[in-house]
Amino acid sequence: MRVSLSWLRDFAPFEGSASELSAVLDDLGLVVEGVEQVGEGVGDVIVARVLEIGAIEGADKIRRVVVDHGSGPIQVVCGAWNFVEGDLVAFAPVGAVLPGDFAIGKRKMKGVTSEGMLCSGRELRLSEDHAGILVLNDTPGAEPGQLLVDVLGIVPDVVFDIAVEANRPDAWCVAGVARDLAARLNLPFVIPTTSDLVERGSGSPAPVPAAAAGPDVASLASVVVDDLELCPRFTARVLTGVRVTDSPAWLARRLTAAGMRPINNVVDASNYVMLELGQPTHPYDLDRLPGGGLLVRRAEAGETLTTLDDVVRTMGRPGPGLGDTGQDCLICDAEGTPVGVGGVMGGASSEIGDDTSRVLLEAAYFVPMAIARTSKRLNLRTEASARFERGCDPAGIDRAAERFCELVALTAGPELALATGTLDVVGDAPEPLEIAVRPERVNALLGTEFDAATIAGLLEPLGMTAAPLGGSFDPVAVVVPTFRPDIRPAPMGEADLAEEVARTYGYVRLPRRQPAWPQPGGLTERQKARRMLKDVLCGLGASEAWTTAFLSEADLLAADATPPFIEVANPLVESERFLRTTMIPGLLQAVRYNAERRQGDVRLFEIGEVFARVEIADPEGPPAVETERLAVVFCDAGDDAMSAVAAWHTIADALGLATWELEQGPRRNEASRALHGHRSGTILCAPDADAGFDRRSILGVVGELDPSLIESFGLVNADGRPRRVGWLDLDLGVLLDPRLAPRRSLHAVPPSRFPSSDVDLAFVVPDEVPAQMVEVTLRAAGSDLLESVRLFDVYRGESLGEGVRSLAYRLRFCAPDRTLTDVDVGGLRQACIDAVESAHRATLR
Amino acid sequence: MNPDTVMPDVEALVTEATNAIAEATTTEEIRSVGAAVTGKKSPLAEASRALGQMDPEDRKVLGQRLGEARGVVEAALESRRDELRYAELAAEMAASRLDLTEYVPGSVPGPMARGHLSLVTQTRDSLEDVFVGMGFEVAEGPEIETDWYNFGALNIPPAHPARGMWDTFYLHLGEPESTLLRTHTSPVQIHLMEQAVLNGTLPIHAVMPGRCYRRDTPDARHLAVFHQIEGLVVDRGITFADLAGTIETFTRAYFGPDIHSRLRPAFFPFTEPSAEFEVTCAICRGEGCRTCSQTGWIELGGCGMVDPAVFASVGIDADEWTGFAFGFGIDRCAQMRHQIADMRALIENDVRFLRQF
Ligand SMILES: [Zn+2]
Repeated sequence: MRVSLSWLRDFAPFEGSASELSAVLDDLGLVVEGVEQVGEGVGDVIVARVLEIGAIEGADKIRRVVVDHGSGPIQVVCGAWNFVEGDLVAFAPVGAVLPGDFAIGKRKMKGVTSEGMLCSGRELRLSEDHAGILVLNDTPGAEPGQLLVDVLGIVPDVVFDIAVEANRPDAWCVAGVARDLAARLNLPFVIPTTSDLVERGSGSPAPVPAAAAGPDVASLASVVVDDLELCPRFTARVLTGVRVTDSPAWLARRLTAAGMRPINNVVDASNYVMLELGQPTHPYDLDRLPGGGLLVRRAEAGETLTTLDDVVRTMGRPGPGLGDTGQDCLICDAEGTPVGVGGVMGGASSEIGDDTSRVLLEAAYFVPMAIARTSKRLNLRTEASARFERGCDPAGIDRAAERFCELVALTAGPELALATGTLDVVGDAPEPLEIAVRPERVNALLGTEFDAATIAGLLEPLGMTAAPLGGSFDPVAVVVPTFRPDIRPAPMGEADLAEEVARTYGYVRLPRRQPAWPQPGGLTERQKARRMLKDVLCGLGASEAWTTAFLSEADLLAADATPPFIEVANPLVESERFLRTTMIPGLLQAVRYNAERRQGDVRLFEIGEVFARVEIADPEGPPAVETERLAVVFCDAGDDAMSAVAAWHTIADALGLATWELEQGPRRNEASRALHGHRSGTILCAPDADAGFDRRSILGVVGELDPSLIESFGLVNADGRPRRVGWLDLDLGVLLDPRLAPRRSLHAVPPSRFPSSDVDLAFVVPDEVPAQMVEVTLRAAGSDLLESVRLFDVYRGESLGEGVRSLAYRLRFCAPDRTLTDVDVGGLRQACIDAVESAHRATLR
Repeated sequence: MNPDTVMPDVEALVTEATNAIAEATTTEEIRSVGAAVTGKKSPLAEASRALGQMDPEDRKVLGQRLGEARGVVEAALESRRDELRYAELAAEMAASRLDLTEYVPGSVPGPMARGHLSLVTQTRDSLEDVFVGMGFEVAEGPEIETDWYNFGALNIPPAHPARGMWDTFYLHLGEPESTLLRTHTSPVQIHLMEQAVLNGTLPIHAVMPGRCYRRDTPDARHLAVFHQIEGLVVDRGITFADLAGTIETFTRAYFGPDIHSRLRPAFFPFTEPSAEFEVTCAICRGEGCRTCSQTGWIELGGCGMVDPAVFASVGIDADEWTGFAFGFGIDRCAQMRHQIADMRALIENDVRFLRQF
């Protein structure tokens, strides 16, 4: 909202610089987003007439111009071409200082002396027009030699661009800003009379014309309100003998400064009132209202009307989404034909025109939520709807309508008459609120020690009445005016008023204290484990990616995700319509992005949520299944499934998993066909049976991605064949829950102080037998005395035959309480050999 | 000329060709079979060439039959080719079978260089660390929420104009607009308070970092998916002074001892009184520069005392307990600290960017 300082000064005698006032406005929560100085630095500029324009030899961009500036001809050089001989222009003589401290001196260009400068509107900061010189031919009374400020009636002014919070409709007008500012600065706040406005606006006291008293308003027009629920107060006044013409210059200037275009005296008066007092009004040409009046009613379902913007609107039906009742308020002519959407937008048929002579002014109060619903559904937001949906003042209507009539009277001509009385239909409009404010409550919220008198003193200047009811810390009886709909009834209202106390006092002056409490802070075990995992992954050479959760159905199906996916109702783009169920597409896209930048040898990981539909909807339960997953893509030089396996070993060890096993081949689950059928597996573990879990936990998958999938992402080797890309994908909900994935015992086992003995055993084992099973067998056979078992060599070769390989293990035996003898070790060795040979059709090599 | 004498037996040609196709057992074979049954010297091609010598009526009939025959043969060829190609691929994949448990420790080469954490993680971790040091726990919650947790319980009823403050991604789950991607981490506050009431474990001192979603087209300053951290304290005797003190302590701990904070009035439906909080502009150290629009301050986030309506919706007695909440962007902190001109660098995952931090 653009508010000029001169307009604010109508309400209170504000002093101080623009930056000082800006700081105060900021601290009131009326955030100043910009400050514009207008009409400053133009005091030296005078009106001049162009006498002669001539070319300058050797210059095609500038010309020699001779002007009469009231005291004879003078020569300047000018680069603008938008004027001709005889025009009146703005001229800055030598010695003038223009906005931005731009001093005009005598200059010589191409041998021609310039004794000043012709100015554009932009150079004078009077308009945005910088294309040409400011031409004043149409300005009444402009003569060479006159000061520009006199001709244009310019008063130096400051315009603040203020962002008003959504809950402060009262502050969305000049009066509201002035009220807050006056309260803070301890200045008297007065709503000016119209003759004050005229005098301040035009700079001189002038006789203020007033409308004659006309006949009874009810004899001229009618108002029927059928729906007082949507429109709890509706008033109409009637002016007759109206001459539609231009507004007074001062009024038009204020509208322009506020960013509104002057149209005519009637429409301008309505806009002026809205800007000044915050109350939208709507003037109708009474003679264009069939039936000579208005009917306010609820729209019938499916009823259509054409709004001022020439769009056909269907009314009265709820839109999608929560909370829309489909109840729209229509303003109709007296015969029931809609002429506008109440509180949102008028219709074209009854607009004020040049020939309008009888004006009906609507000033009403609409229920804010109803306006919000209608405006949202129609996607139609206007100056009026934005104010009504935040809440206007049902009691401010009369003042606004009066001001409108007074302003129109300034220019509407001698025939003007104001019909006696107001058509006023009142339902259940909001009333002033009474709230007993407890000082202890205010202090409990603010950390202050304000007594009742202080609180009352801080609230009263905001237009509230505040009377202490007794002692210094007894409640204060506050009456909140209807222009503050943001203040709720007690008990919430006490907090609202505490904020008002704080605002008037100044947030920057409120005390500060560092609180302390006995409870320690900290991360949960899961949060700590997550951090540790990320650190481990960095150690494994993987960098952390953040990929999109929004994918196309094709992306997901390509990664063999199982539909139906969760669909976004309003995606930004079609390719982001579904929520991911797997991180495969996102991470492969990230690898491809890097590969396209010659950075294809990467390992990337991501920890994030994937989303699935709940199978059976539970109204009490979460609306969707969210799983936190860790996914790692291994695409560094030489990476393959074993890179992922190696990473998994490190992760399992870092987390301290007690046991786990790797089942060869992906299970038939999510995205299983995205994995290589012969080079991937599922990681499982036994849960904590004592905690009541019996089914084996699936921790995730490890291995390689399907070559066709990799090829479809363009990740190919020099020979055109798909790269081998390792993949590790873990369900952190399971992995980081020690009940589902039990950890090693916390009990310390002292390392044996006795020497250990190593035994190397190589077995020829059929390919179908996973190496891990051989290890399990060895551990069982080696008993507690087997300290460690480690696969150290795998060999396949023709000498061994088809379908088998040699697995070489190093077994380390050690007893906690003695040195093992050769006999001990020999026995253990044989037990291990026997166990493996009998269990796995293996032979010792 | 009697057409029967030259009219080839098209049926027989087709049968012959499809038999040959079916007998092919490798992609190599199917390639030569393909040439034999559809190539220039194939019986079908010869028959087509012979059409030229026929009278127009016959040419039309036979031409159509030959065209159909060619279609049948080519379809058979393609389907067999796919079958064989798939079988060969499957065989190749099977032959490359790897027993993942044949993992020989030390045999897999380690990484050439250490990986790098995302700037978001680094920033989030250090923010968490500051707050943990100040006595906060760290809480988390789901990203898909119901309207109630994201809006209703936070004193933002359906169709309320204040909803315009958040552009929301709605999901096709349940009633229209009943389920959404959270627009802020505030729903975690509601879950925390509900749990604390249910379990009788008030007070609460927690920060809530997490991913949020707003339906804004990404640009240099905004991402549709972003990260936020909020704080919530609900305890006896908590005041606005504690809020201002907490913000100041955090500001100095995180940004540095010469960076300060200030609060100014603002509006949020879920706090009352509410405030925006600003910190000293780190570029000009408060002197005023272009980044801070000459004010010396940079807006960081919002905060305030928990609104009594929010307490009412979770069943906390607002006369016994008071509380404050605050929130700001994690990504924005990263942007400020590292002077990232375009936020989209955070989601590109370019390793040349990641490796810098
Ligand atoms: Zn700065």
